[in-house]
Amino acid sequence: MKEIHTDRIIEAVEQLCIDACLVPSDDAIKALQTAEKNETSILAKEVLTELSKNVSIAKNLRIPSCQDTGMAVIFLEIGQNLRITGGNLYQAINEGVRRGYEKGFFRKSVLSPIDRKNTGDNTPAVIHTEICDGDIVNITLMPKGFGSENMSRLKMLTPAEGLDGIKNFVLETVNMAAGNPCPPIIVGTGIGGTMEKAALLAKKSLLREIGSTNPDTFLAEIESELLTSINKTGIGPQGLGGITTALAVHIETFPTHIAGLPVAVNIQCHAVRHRQATL
Amino acid sequence: MNTRKSINADNTKELELLKCGDLVLLDGFIITGRDAAHKRIFELTKRNMPLPFKIKDQLIYYTGPCPSPPGHVIGSCGPTTSSRMDAYTPELLDLGLKGMIGKGPRSKQVIDSIKKNKAIYFAATGGAGALIASCVKGCSLIAFDDLGPEAVYKLYVEQFPLIVAIDSCGNSIYEIVDSRN
Repeated sequence: MKEIHTDRIIEAVEQLCIDACLVPSDDAIKALQTAEKNETSILAKEVLTELSKNVSIAKNLRIPSCQDTGMAVIFLEIGQNLRITGGNLYQAINEGVRRGYEKGFFRKSVLSPIDRKNTGDNTPAVIHTEICDGDIVNITLMPKGFGSENMSRLKMLTPAEGLDGIKNFVLETVNMAAGNPCPPIIVGTGIGGTMEKAALLAKKSLLREIGSTNPDTFLAEIESELLTSINKTGIGPQGLGGITTALAVHIETFPTHIAGLPVAVNIQCHAVRHRQATL
Repeated sequence: MNTRKSINADNTKELELLKCGDLVLLDGFIITGRDAAHKRIFELTKRNMPLPFKIKDQLIYYTGPCPSPPGHVIGSCGPTTSSRMDAYTPELLDLGLKGMIGKGPRSKQVIDSIKKNKAIYFAATGGAGALIASCVKGCSLIAFDDLGPEAVYKLYVEQFPLIVAIDSCGNSIYEIVDSRN
């Protein structure tokens, strides 16, 4: 049986934090550049140009493009033929986060929810684990900023509300968020499962490459229709007006119960910063 | 379209004359403060306790910077969502605060208070933390250091790019965008 020592996990997570928190992923940078070309509003263009400049400055100065370096959300895929040695896997991940945020001079934004006491090292990470075939471990880090996380919503629709209900809920959520979540945004949508499953689907959909479509053509059409509707709201970059309110809508589904239709919308700001490593 | 005009943070008269939608480059001293600092300022004033820094005629910037790496004045320092400060803002404006810098729309109460106090609200570009850090030429901690990233700093900025989102007459760019749709 293949073995992986937790020291390798710590190193990998540390490096993922350092890489992810500095600048957005390439797909996000590209999507912003395309939006800048297509924008018709002068103010919106100005904002998008500033965001491009910001990424260049972040790369040159090696400081984060956005100060909200987020709460570390980690998606783990662990092969069932793999053995982790050297200690506790989750402790190793948190150690990696601790080291990455410290070495990178990233903001420590994590605190206890009620007394608001900062943990001082951006831990704990939120860790989602899945067991897969094989003997590898896939670690994906998504530093999630809360300007956009705060604008996310979940609703248990009735089956009678159906597809129209889903579309209305997504649009309502984007309209309520308006200029708050740093548009242009990515709209992650989870449909089905149970309450927490819908939320997790919405979050996971944000990992997809921007502009990629759901392999199911029916869902891909809904994604495209919703993106058009969202960009017609006129909210625009930073809520200052324009045709670029969202860069993408990603939908993921899962079977649900005969009595229910859970829908979750997880909003992601333009600073999409996921990074992935395979050991 | 407007070209960007330079303005000094201490020029209260000129700040009052700016119009919603104006693009400006701000120079001068501003203070920072976000959720936890606002809560503390609010509690101190409620108990009639003195504040550890001057509020009158100041501009407050809603930001919680990253730690400053060696050789840098400040870490990444873009704006945070302003609406979370809405509950505290009218009170601060009544204390003489001249204006706010943040991102996103404000409540009706805040807009009314801006109008009443002839204040101003600027939008900085959310997510442009590195670009804004490059405009910060001086940074010193002035209060609440126990709040970590939420402590209050005094910043000296040069050519900080901003948009007038709500002017001293209470015109809001977000309402104009809303009514257009």
